[in-house]
Amino acid sequence: MAEYETHDFDVVIVGAGGAGLRAAIEARSRGLRTALVCKSLLGKAHTVMAEGGVAAAMGNVQDEDNWKVHFRDTMRGGKMLNNWRMAELHAQESPDRVRELEEWGALFDRTKDGLILQRDFGGHRYARLAHVGDRTGLELIRTLQQKAVADGIEVFMEVKVLRLLHDADGVVSGLVGYWRPSGEFVVFKAKAVVMATGGVGKSWMYTSNSWESTGDGHAMSLWAGADLIDMECIQFHPTGMVWPLSVRGILVTEGVRGDGGVLRNSDGKRFMFDYIPPMFAAETADSEDEGDKWYDDHTAGRRPPELLPRDEVARSINTEVKAGRGSPHGGVFLDIASRRTAEDIRRRLPSMYHQFKELAGVDITAEAMEVGPTCHYIMGGVRVDADSTATTAAGLFAAGEVAAGLHGANRLGGNSLSDLLVFGRRAGVGAAEFASDRHRAITLDEGQIEAAVDAAVAPFSREDGENPYDVQHDLQETMQSLVGIIRTGSELEEALGKLEVLEERATRVSLGGGHRYNPGWNLTTDLPAMLTVSRLTALGAINRKESRGGHTRDDFPKPVAEMGAVNFVQRITGDQPSGGGVGGTPSIRTISVTPEPIPGMPDELKELMEEAT
Amino acid sequence: MAEDDLMAGEAGDADGGGEVTMRLWRGDETGGAFADYVIPAQDGEVVLDVIHRVQATAAPDLACRWNCKAGKCGSCSAEINGRPALMCMTRMDTLPAGEAVTVAPMRTFPILRDLVTDVSYNYEVAKRIPPFNPRAKTADEEEAGGYRMQQIDVERSQEFRKCIECFLCQDVCHVIRDHEENKTAFAGPRFFARSAELEMHPLDVNDRRELLQKDQGLGKCNITKCCTEVCPEHIKITDNAIIPLKERVVDASYDPVAWLGRKIRNRTKRTPAEASADSPATGPAAIQSVPAAHGIPAPTRPSGDPVTVASAADDSPAE
Repeated sequence: MAEYETHDFDVVIVGAGGAGLRAAIEARSRGLRTALVCKSLLGKAHTVMAEGGVAAAMGNVQDEDNWKVHFRDTMRGGKMLNNWRMAELHAQESPDRVRELEEWGALFDRTKDGLILQRDFGGHRYARLAHVGDRTGLELIRTLQQKAVADGIEVFMEVKVLRLLHDADGVVSGLVGYWRPSGEFVVFKAKAVVMATGGVGKSWMYTSNSWESTGDGHAMSLWAGADLIDMECIQFHPTGMVWPLSVRGILVTEGVRGDGGVLRNSDGKRFMFDYIPPMFAAETADSEDEGDKWYDDHTAGRRPPELLPRDEVARSINTEVKAGRGSPHGGVFLDIASRRTAEDIRRRLPSMYHQFKELAGVDITAEAMEVGPTCHYIMGGVRVDADSTATTAAGLFAAGEVAAGLHGANRLGGNSLSDLLVFGRRAGVGAAEFASDRHRAITLDEGQIEAAVDAAVAPFSREDGENPYDVQHDLQETMQSLVGIIRTGSELEEALGKLEVLEERATRVSLGGGHRYNPGWNLTTDLPAMLTVSRLTALGAINRKESRGGHTRDDFPKPVAEMGAVNFVQRITGDQPSGGGVGGTPSIRTISVTPEPIPGMPDELKELMEEAT
Repeated sequence: MAEDDLMAGEAGDADGGGEVTMRLWRGDETGGAFADYVIPAQDGEVVLDVIHRVQATAAPDLACRWNCKAGKCGSCSAEINGRPALMCMTRMDTLPAGEAVTVAPMRTFPILRDLVTDVSYNYEVAKRIPPFNPRAKTADEEEAGGYRMQQIDVERSQEFRKCIECFLCQDVCHVIRDHEENKTAFAGPRFFARSAELEMHPLDVNDRRELLQKDQGLGKCNITKCCTEVCPEHIKITDNAIIPLKERVVDASYDPVAWLGRKIRNRTKRTPAEASADSPATGPAAIQSVPAAHGIPAPTRPSGDPVTVASAADDSPAE
């Protein structure tokens, strides 16, 4: 018999980034017994790393802005693969969600007349990102954290969740995990569970993501019977640090470009003018002179091509480097030093100044930065109902990066923080309503708990097995080289073969050192999710035989209309082979991939898309 | 210098690094000792990179808390060669070459394991800070849809909101560093900065002065500026948070009119002479001058001779 403590709540939220915190605040405000369970300390989640801002059509800087333009920008940026209803709700509700933060203590930078200042960002037609210098994520998470503490929400910190649990009717009714500090197991009963676990970037070698981004929520939702969509759509942020190797992948905010920074190749040329796609030609400057005028007066010219959506910029950088016009360490140059005063740069981009100064020995007020694409964000994830965030598994809700739909094939900068707020709140409402309708006490299946616990501790009784760090390293290398920014069918097939070997190796990991705060064990229990999401991404990428947004196929370089009309839906099929998958999870060899039509947009929204740019 | 670099380049491996000795504290609340790990290092690495290599190659169970590895989350606080710092923002090439790099857990908090401490004290203090309490919106603000505040007025509090909660200031604070008994009635620099942020917040209407003095032990601070010294965000905790709070608190008779006046207009800072005229209330630590970079008390918890560790097989911490 496994030993564990049990807690009983109405709503349990997994993940304490922006979406999880916002969901918890909402559920608690409706009087529900609410718990927040997170893998790290409170306030350390990946949201803290968001830099540039939160997108909301408040119109404080340009009063032409409104939700309709934001909706249109989001859909176009996502290459129309988005769930239109999510994009609509997001554009309509984000201004209120931002103002609400101010009522909870957030201090955004201000306009001259005292309102929340908004900055320009890629793909947004108007200056739309509310921000605090380049540390907006910190402001957002701290505000929500302080509100959650003030509201008395119970937080279970440094708990790694292993598996969702079902009741006898197959409804998600709780979860099992362990306290990382003590290694002891813990079970939560819940009338509704919200997944708010963030992203998957740690399966790639070069990523802006922290160690936590191992796709736990994606994988646990899949194992619990939920559908996932668009898993092939991964955003490689165009500007990550490339040197020294130690910091490769760390994010350089798009705010650098929003504030006047330009990209140059080794010839000193502003190469983005060579890569303006037809879809954005009408609204993009075609000369340096016009682009520069736009910075000072948005009516004097069109926006410079450095501010195209991220997928376009990342692919262009990739092409320049491959053509031999890169920087010494395999990136390109991001230059703000020659374009803004040192004082301006330090004031508007204090974290970037600090980051380059301390980690790379580069003074960004005097010299150009070297930057290149870094794995940043997954647009795909758990399929949800736009209004309630309900997944296709009863009792389970999902919000934030782990949920899919809002961003389509490519996310615009600033739309993730607003996503967290809008759909975090909606997940809180959805879960609270579902929980309120469940009147019977929760009964869990001991067998499911035993199985999860047994699988988690099994590596301690093996000897001379695999080192989990080696498996992780080889996984990252595989995904980086074969399922990276540019993909081809043969390499994706090769990746599937390698993943199969890695999955087998992961079943042979052996560990020592006990259960208490043991990072080797923590990593071992992260591996099943990392391997699962890696396979989902590769499978999605094989099926999407076109290039769209964050998914680029060398062998299918153009978008294909029929492909743009479907989501690739992935789910576990019923027939499980004996033995299951890694760590006692359902076998991911039984995943089905099905194209299903994306929801049709109502006529009044279609008209918005067709309006002149 | 150039010659040294050249030699290092020739002696090092293809990655332009060499080997480094990491002297890491290993143990738990029952005791422990430093263990040495000789590990390859590459140019441009930070301490956390090398710790990760120790985990991947020699000691998979070496406990170390971290998240972002970019100086933004404040998880990887430790004492590096005796100095409280973030492991992810301390470049190896800023440490003395050729010498072992000593990494110990923060001393002020109970050990969980190896380099990881139990920082729950900080989260408990946070719960006792009265929350933000904004004034009502004016009619104009209701119309505009949000509060109006000027940039210059939000900047004072924004400085404190840069805090990444690494708790290095708490770790180095003399009042609690070797005085567990003070923790129950002392909030510490991080939370004085939080209270200062709220006090100076253009919208907050709470008066926190009595609480600061009576429950949070503001008077115990000797303004030695150790907290400011170690802050990775370069927040001037002592000058901009603690001293102004002390001024407000000791302001005779807690004159509510004067307090309100200060909340409304920008408060003027007192001169250092005026500030030092405040007699810091009796704290447990002796009044000290501002310490130099290495004047911070060295950790004493880890003891015993370093143990050289050759391979993963015999790296078990002393029990």
